[in-house]
Amino acid sequence: MVKRENERIPVSQQAHIVDKPKDLTTIGGTISVQINEKKITVPLGTTILEACQLNQIHIPTLCHHPDLCIAGVCRVCVVDVEGMRTLQTACSFPITSPIKISTSTQMVRKARRHIIDLLLSEHYGECYSCFRNGNCELQNLAKEYGVDNYTFGHVETPRYEVDNSSAAVIRDMNKCVLCKRCVRTCIDLQEVGVLEAINRGHETHVGTFLDKPLADVVCINCGQCINRCPTAALRANDPSDEIWAAIDDPKKHVVIQTAPSPRAAIGEEFGIEPGKSFTGELNTALRRIGFDRVFDTNFTADLTIMEEGTELLTRLKKALVDKDQSVKLPQFTSCSPGWVKYIEHFYPEFLDYLSSAKSPQQMFGALIKTFYAQEAKIDPVDIITVALMPCAAKKFECNRPEMVDSGFKDVDYGLTTREMAKMIREAGIFLPEMPKSQFDDPFGDASGAGLIFGATGGVMEAALRTAYELVTGREVPFKNLIIEPCRGFEGVKQASVKLENCVEQYKFLEGVDLKFVVAHGTANAKIVMEMLKKGELNDVHFVEIMACPGGCLGGGGQPIPTSAEIRAKRAEAIYEEEASLPIRKSHENPHVNYIYEKFLTDGPCGKLSHKLLHTHYTKRGKYIS
Amino acid sequence: MESIKTLNKKRSGPVLFSEYKLGEGVKKALELGRENILFELKGSGLKGRGGAGFPTATKWMLTAASNSDKKFIVCNADEGEPGTFKDRVLLLEYPELVFEGMIIAGYTIGAKNGILYLRGEYEYMLKSLEDYLESLREDNLLGNTILGKKDFNFDINIRLGSGAYVCGEETALIESLEGYRGEPRNRPPYPVNTGYLGHPTVVNNVETLASVPHILLKGGDWFRKHGTDKSTGSKLFSVSGDCEKPGVYELPWGTSINELLELVGAKNTKAVQVGGASGMCLPKSQFHRVLGYEDVATGGSIMIFNESRNMLKVLKNFMKFFVEESCGQCTPCRIGNTKLLEAVEKIEKDDFTFLYINNLKELGRTMQVASKCGLGQSSPNSFISILENFKEEIFGSKGKGRKNG
Repeated sequence: MVKRENERIPVSQQAHIVDKPKDLTTIGGTISVQINEKKITVPLGTTILEACQLNQIHIPTLCHHPDLCIAGVCRVCVVDVEGMRTLQTACSFPITSPIKISTSTQMVRKARRHIIDLLLSEHYGECYSCFRNGNCELQNLAKEYGVDNYTFGHVETPRYEVDNSSAAVIRDMNKCVLCKRCVRTCIDLQEVGVLEAINRGHETHVGTFLDKPLADVVCINCGQCINRCPTAALRANDPSDEIWAAIDDPKKHVVIQTAPSPRAAIGEEFGIEPGKSFTGELNTALRRIGFDRVFDTNFTADLTIMEEGTELLTRLKKALVDKDQSVKLPQFTSCSPGWVKYIEHFYPEFLDYLSSAKSPQQMFGALIKTFYAQEAKIDPVDIITVALMPCAAKKFECNRPEMVDSGFKDVDYGLTTREMAKMIREAGIFLPEMPKSQFDDPFGDASGAGLIFGATGGVMEAALRTAYELVTGREVPFKNLIIEPCRGFEGVKQASVKLENCVEQYKFLEGVDLKFVVAHGTANAKIVMEMLKKGELNDVHFVEIMACPGGCLGGGGQPIPTSAEIRAKRAEAIYEEEASLPIRKSHENPHVNYIYEKFLTDGPCGKLSHKLLHTHYTKRGKYIS
Repeated sequence: MESIKTLNKKRSGPVLFSEYKLGEGVKKALELGRENILFELKGSGLKGRGGAGFPTATKWMLTAASNSDKKFIVCNADEGEPGTFKDRVLLLEYPELVFEGMIIAGYTIGAKNGILYLRGEYEYMLKSLEDYLESLREDNLLGNTILGKKDFNFDINIRLGSGAYVCGEETALIESLEGYRGEPRNRPPYPVNTGYLGHPTVVNNVETLASVPHILLKGGDWFRKHGTDKSTGSKLFSVSGDCEKPGVYELPWGTSINELLELVGAKNTKAVQVGGASGMCLPKSQFHRVLGYEDVATGGSIMIFNESRNMLKVLKNFMKFFVEESCGQCTPCRIGNTKLLEAVEKIEKDDFTFLYINNLKELGRTMQVASKCGLGQSSPNSFISILENFKEEIFGSKGKGRKNG
């Protein structure tokens, strides 16, 4: 009956304590309970909260999050269970006997109100000057319970200094309500473990190791904590003021590249249900805001496929033909800056496995200030490159000291989906009503292969479409180019494609079973890395890892809230749009071919490519002085 | 060390502070067998001596009934309740009772490992207790095939706490044992199902376990003869404060506060705090009440305050303690206690309205029902009882003529 899914997670923090029976028709499979005079039947082990949700009974929650294990610490969800001396938290109480539950007795209502009052008394909340105004769970609770005065006082001066040391994530503990969602995100969901409760009693706060600034600990900047924070205690480092300044400066030529995931989610910021893409509308909105050019990051995603694919084929050749023992296989993707920092901190000895290809964002930055500057005859000094990303870590990535291969800072600002939506609103634009428009040349509209980078497995799928065809001269043997084993949200996926009847150049791959692994979320990355350590990946050739659950579409810069359901809808939007595109293979993107003809003339992984499109990594380790 | 013992043990009673010969309890237990042990235990009516008073036999039965391959018996020696020092005396003077209680528990529930969770401040006993365990191993009371009983293997190790009061709460204690922050878990599941490392675990107070060998030797019925119907046997009381003879007393349940005060030589007593900081504060008018689960339940802490004491200061001291010792996990306890302390400070400064005080008493009642563990559920007890029982003294001339007064 007792389940310990993960030995590392304290029992108290496991999602489901009681195994739900597989067959509900067996005796004891379900149980009848009474909730507020209503008799219902639920599977044994269902929590009171789940039972209520299934029956349209609203229970307020705060520390509960569908992605995270149960904490039961905020106590807002207390209900009355007949026969129990104290109130019970609906989120944590598994139903294993025919209990009688009341969800809104006087005692319950009073307790909830008290708890909300207590939280408000310690929350440095100035709602109108807060970026979560209108999207704050504490604010919603106060509204729901009609709080019209601070019964137990109110913090009027901040107690903690705001930690804005990190390029990506800003922590303002004055707004923290100690729900510990960030702690559970960091420790349990991502298994990074930067944040934990420190001290005891009234001095309890969420902090880092020795309360160091976030920039000085092993934070990978994934920003997943931001997405799960119910208040504004965590936010991304917002560069929109600088971007506005650049737009307002007539001397500056401000270009923006937009990644695939923001367009599949930004509608949520405008009240649209998840699952609808606004690619064309976004392009128009960006031009109206004042961006001089709007480029599609998918272009460099296609380029990444060419570079990373070529790198893989080179590694394979060295390993299979030249029998070079020093070649590291499998090759790991390097598009996700959260993942890159994760491996730099936690597995620095395996950095050679990482593809040297830059992420699409950084490739684009380097090309804009070289190739594009040349073509458009603009002095790169006057070009400001902005990257619209679903990601918090991209902000750190563009500030890496080595990312200046164009001779300038390749990407000036990383902007999240949330911040972009804010700028659009500020400009008085209602995104969903915008007319559609295309991306600007010379990069144009990219292939569908680049678009699916947004979902976990997308890079792998795109790479296989190209690599398989390069090697065999035929399309991948999957219907409509949809490589099913790459899709879906399973934590670690493994599959293989057999290479047969290879073209002359790649005869050395004849009969090779091209094996690949796809993982998303750093907790799953850890599983993969441990497999690598144990030598269990010796026959694998290519591994895709994304730091965020669900891939980029679940990134730390995406609209709040997030859940598995929302992420699945965003994935649907991406795959749907992809299926409708005329070009769906990176190597068929005419703009990619154009750039190799005109600019990167020595081809993928050539000399210029290496200078502009490839990078190196830093062995950071876990100990930072 | 010797001085601590003699200073503390003030009155011997029929159960714990009585004659006992090493090994007798375990020997008897092995003769009786599991069912009979549980039968005697149930017959004795022994309830948890830590304060919560859960029937020990039930706890053991629940664990014995689970068919997990690994089970644990944990002795809670994190004696942290202010004013409690009885476990210290037991561990120093009667370690055989405590350890034999654990061995018997291990035999009954089918555990192979026992853990003594020793309060960090009791580190000075660690060496002697370790030595004692070693001698028990030599006597074959620990180790393999204990006293020749086939397949009965059991050993005990000692783990030190780090000074958090909340780690006396059984699930926080288990988290601490597992190496995590000492924070209480959600219940259910209870430790009897999902305890240490996820295995069924019995967590018993030192005194509870120390009672077991005597019960087995003399029978549940004998134990029942002492005390009252609902509170059987005798209890150790840690008496401190304004009295002539502070110390540890073994008294039958059902003793009235008045009787106890007389026994310890307390004079001009104004208030008795029963059950430590988390207990209740009784005024003179309630000294006729009796100690027992049915009336004034307690883990054994008795603090005596005479007429010279300022009850508001007493309360402030308790509240400061809780503000600091709350684990900080759940809202009602973490913030609630600071609000109660704030109220005490405001009363001190005569800066309050009675509406505000009533609001805080209400908050206290919420904390009692909505906090995650016993700490937050009991921390408002002294706030509510002191403000109610010593109204005259505390408010006297204060708060007069105010609005909402």
